Amino acid sequence: MKHMTRKATRHINQNENLIFEKSSPGKAAWKLPPLDVPEVDTAKLLGKSERKDLGNMPEVSEIEIIRHFTRLSTWNYAIDLGMYPLGSCTMKYNPRVNEFVSRVEGLANGHPYQPAKISQGAMRIMKTLSDCLIEITGMDAITLQPAAGAHGEFTGLLMVRAYHESKGNARKKILIPDSAHGTNPATAATVGYAVENLKSNDRGMVDVAALASQMNEDVAALMVTNPNTLGVFEQEIHKIADLMHAKGGLLYMDGANMNALVGKARPGDFGDDVMHLNLHKTFSTPHGGGGPGSGPVAIKKALEPFLPTPVVVTKSDGTMAFDYNRPQSVGRVRAFYGNFGMFIRALAYIFANGPDGLRQTTEDAVLNANYIRKGLEGTYDLPYSTPSMHEVVFSDKVQSKKGVKTMDLAKRLIDYGFHPYTTAFPLIVPGALMIEPTESEPKEELDLFIEAMKSIAEEVEEDPQFVLDAPHNTRISRLDETLAARKPVLRWKPESTSH
Amino acid sequence: MRYLPKSPADREAMLKAIGVRSIDDLFSPIPGEYRLTRDLKVPRQMAESEIVDWFKQRSKENGDDYTSFLGAGAYFHYRPVVIDALVQRGEFLTAYTPYQAEFAQGTLQAIFEFQTMISELTGMDLANASMYDGSTGAAEAVMMAVRITGKSGAVIARNVHPEYREVLGTYATHQGIPLATVAYTESGRLNLKDLEKALGDDTACVLIQSPNFFGTVEDVEAIAEIAHKRGALLIVSIAEAVSLGIVEPPRVADIIAMEAQSFGVPVGFGGPYCGVIATKEKFVRQMPGRLAGQTVDKKGKRGFVLTLATREQHIRREKATSNICTNQALVALMVNIFMTVYGKVGLRELAKQNLAKTAYAADQFGKNAKVLFAGAPRFNEFVVQTSEEPSAINSRLLGHKIIGGLPLKKFYPELGNAALWCCTELTTRSMIDTAVGLVAESERSVGSMKEAEEVTL
Amino acid sequence: MPYPIDRKYTREHEWITSDGTIGITQYAQESLGDIVFVDLPKIGTELTAGKTFGTVESVKAVSDLYAPASGTVTEANGELATSPEKVNKDAHGSWMVKIKLKDPGELNSLLSAADYEKFAGEEAGH
Repeated sequence: MKHMTRKATRHINQNENLIFEKSSPGKAAWKLPPLDVPEVDTAKLLGKSERKDLGNMPEVSEIEIIRHFTRLSTWNYAIDLGMYPLGSCTMKYNPRVNEFVSRVEGLANGHPYQPAKISQGAMRIMKTLSDCLIEITGMDAITLQPAAGAHGEFTGLLMVRAYHESKGNARKKILIPDSAHGTNPATAATVGYAVENLKSNDRGMVDVAALASQMNEDVAALMVTNPNTLGVFEQEIHKIADLMHAKGGLLYMDGANMNALVGKARPGDFGDDVMHLNLHKTFSTPHGGGGPGSGPVAIKKALEPFLPTPVVVTKSDGTMAFDYNRPQSVGRVRAFYGNFGMFIRALAYIFANGPDGLRQTTEDAVLNANYIRKGLEGTYDLPYSTPSMHEVVFSDKVQSKKGVKTMDLAKRLIDYGFHPYTTAFPLIVPGALMIEPTESEPKEELDLFIEAMKSIAEEVEEDPQFVLDAPHNTRISRLDETLAARKPVLRWKPESTSH
Repeated sequence: MRYLPKSPADREAMLKAIGVRSIDDLFSPIPGEYRLTRDLKVPRQMAESEIVDWFKQRSKENGDDYTSFLGAGAYFHYRPVVIDALVQRGEFLTAYTPYQAEFAQGTLQAIFEFQTMISELTGMDLANASMYDGSTGAAEAVMMAVRITGKSGAVIARNVHPEYREVLGTYATHQGIPLATVAYTESGRLNLKDLEKALGDDTACVLIQSPNFFGTVEDVEAIAEIAHKRGALLIVSIAEAVSLGIVEPPRVADIIAMEAQSFGVPVGFGGPYCGVIATKEKFVRQMPGRLAGQTVDKKGKRGFVLTLATREQHIRREKATSNICTNQALVALMVNIFMTVYGKVGLRELAKQNLAKTAYAADQFGKNAKVLFAGAPRFNEFVVQTSEEPSAINSRLLGHKIIGGLPLKKFYPELGNAALWCCTELTTRSMIDTAVGLVAESERSVGSMKEAEEVTL
Repeated sequence: MPYPIDRKYTREHEWITSDGTIGITQYAQESLGDIVFVDLPKIGTELTAGKTFGTVESVKAVSDLYAPASGTVTEANGELATSPEKVNKDAHGSWMVKIKLKDPGELNSLLSAADYEKFAGEEAGH
């Protein structure tokens, strides 16, 4: 390695084959209790539907399973190991008490169809979380049903559509700024709307004049992320809302960046009509290597009749129930009630913080992002000088002159013991480095990150090829993604039958 | 605040380094009139012990000491303790989606193994890295079939999980996919004659569930033949994954949309669960959801990456195959570990126990009340029709700390006083005997009431 | 890289010969990077000039293919299904589809090799 890194040191980790390659007949990690009812003749019961062979399923012992997955785990980077500055992903600490309470017997083993009389605890959790999220967003009502952020977008736009339909015209299109997440246009298409692009102005914000000229009675809604994907607060948000409302349109807010606002400002107060939240971002439920998420959708009063069924309601006797009788509902978006286990975790997080903790959390998130911005300004190109909130976007403009792109810098960062930032997004910044530290980083970790990024910039000047070849210290070097896509191998097969 | 790693001095030093006087300066981009100047009205900051107490209290209000005969898309199976021990390792729990492959080989290899095992169990060529759940997975499978065939309609069996059908209805409305529903017969299986009639030239797919919502195993081959003859794809939804241990998988299907919750995922009041789509190789580019693929690094060493990403929303935007951008990685990992623990032999033995308990229970119930849909094989669920409202019997059963079968009137009013009962390896003979006893008692008292009425006439 | 003068070019970076053979240009191939998949229409499909008829995928991007002229597909290059890298190796030699031209006159409005080279050069300069 060229430059010294203070954050990480190489150490031995274990090699591990695929589980199938450790399997051999007769090994077992399971044991069933004796059957307390008569044995059955499976052939007689199932006839031709009886399965005889389970194919190449593994046969291994328990210690091998523990070692297998423990070894695999050590090949991952994680928040528990250090800063994970993926922009727009809000990789914050996932408190362990969340995990503990989600596994309490009556909650982990509650059945979605058990009688209401013995479901009061689960419904109380859903109601309490709903109330907290409504207060935090400044909205009027909420559904917890969507399973993830994109699913929340889908649900939100379904309600937008139902709202317009109830007024006699579903309208035709959704306006989406060019800085938006890719899910926004994908979702609009899923709901049957055409997408119209909205250009950002030179400060990285929605161009209000362009919006005024593009807004008409065909537009159902504008989807904005606020702060947007540049980490910039849309200062004219209320003007934007007024423009939408004047022509009967709605303002949809992608709540991906809510970590910049909790306890400091409420979307409901600045004119937002519909928004989704990501419990796995703002409210600390674990990302788990790519899910499960949870994407509640908060709305204003006018959209309430369209909420997915069922809705938790409090009856006159104080007990709670699911209300299915909602004739204007958009319907169900998922079986049962949503990712309930995530509701528990998010609520535990809110309890652990309280109003003062939530506000301090937001302040620290913004403080951290600005500290990084200050630390790296001058080393990396800052395409927009507009003030940053919870994340900051640089570009590889300086480094790309040496042929080193944002992804190369990111790969080198791995050698320094950090997970890379988000690369090449938002699309409006060529060669973007999108950095979101979250509130969870102590000053020491931020200093190490700044030091690493500066060191990499020096390496680019001295020996760009060395950076281009990174990572150097991982168990594997850069993988051939082209091969993976050209000749997809998506499952293991035994030697003799694989081609 | 115990999650925040900064001292007041740290904050001061950082503000100074940034060059601002106070934290408020950093929030100045938010116009003053929208800045919140009061405390949020949420519960005050709580100690960890208080949080644990609060949730334990909710657990008590949630039937924490009951056993249950409920299934219907959410199944109680034993969860080996190694599952939670392993998924709570921070390297799995607190990692992001494995886009930076060199730094996420653990998650990627685990997904690759998951895809392999699901392919083996379903008899399909390949499977994705997971979807939200079985209901959305079924809806995504229908949209996938529409893309593959270029046709627009879908035919749905009425004995597919009612909530899955509702979800599909929500999706289909906005995709311009007309839905037709096909009835079931006396045996609980799909009505094949009605199916033939429902199929048209513009039918993209037939969606069935097997074992279906009543627990009955469908004659998948017969259904496939009818669907394929009309150029429609066959999608089979599997809600009870453990059935795959003993029930032949629907190999003739074109797409399998599965809910893998049974494989080591807590029932957890309905989620998070683990949907999966498995299909034939030729349809891979129309399949939604993430995929891990094998490749090599610069030195020729085996490794894994997320691949065929061009199907996904972050690249294709409004042309994406789906707007889905998460899988259920951590839940899929639970499923993965469960499948590894039971493996080739254990899964079959586990499924056999489910079969035996259910056969015993259905037999016992049948001596006292009417068990519907005889005449076709079933896995671990069955429908019992009683003279009395099932909810009335269930409330007496609750006194024994047992939750009875799911009353079906809400979903299938034509079945009258019917309830869907489920037995797994966790259902004990004494639970079954208690429930059967109460049903028998109910039938006797209804019978004697009838007699009494006849006498008074 | 010289652009062959035996064919015409579009601003969407396709080439077409007078007998209706269509492919993508060297410039398109270069800007896409490693091509991993080519999705082509079935024989008999009607193409309309200026409308999409398929896609080319690299690892991280998808590009639509636009028909340089209208016509009916008579042949699709099946080889590209298993060896998409051929397009990277020889863009001007790897055809994608052949069409029966509806109106050969449509080709007159397309770019010549020299004009295209200039156009591509300007585009690259962005």
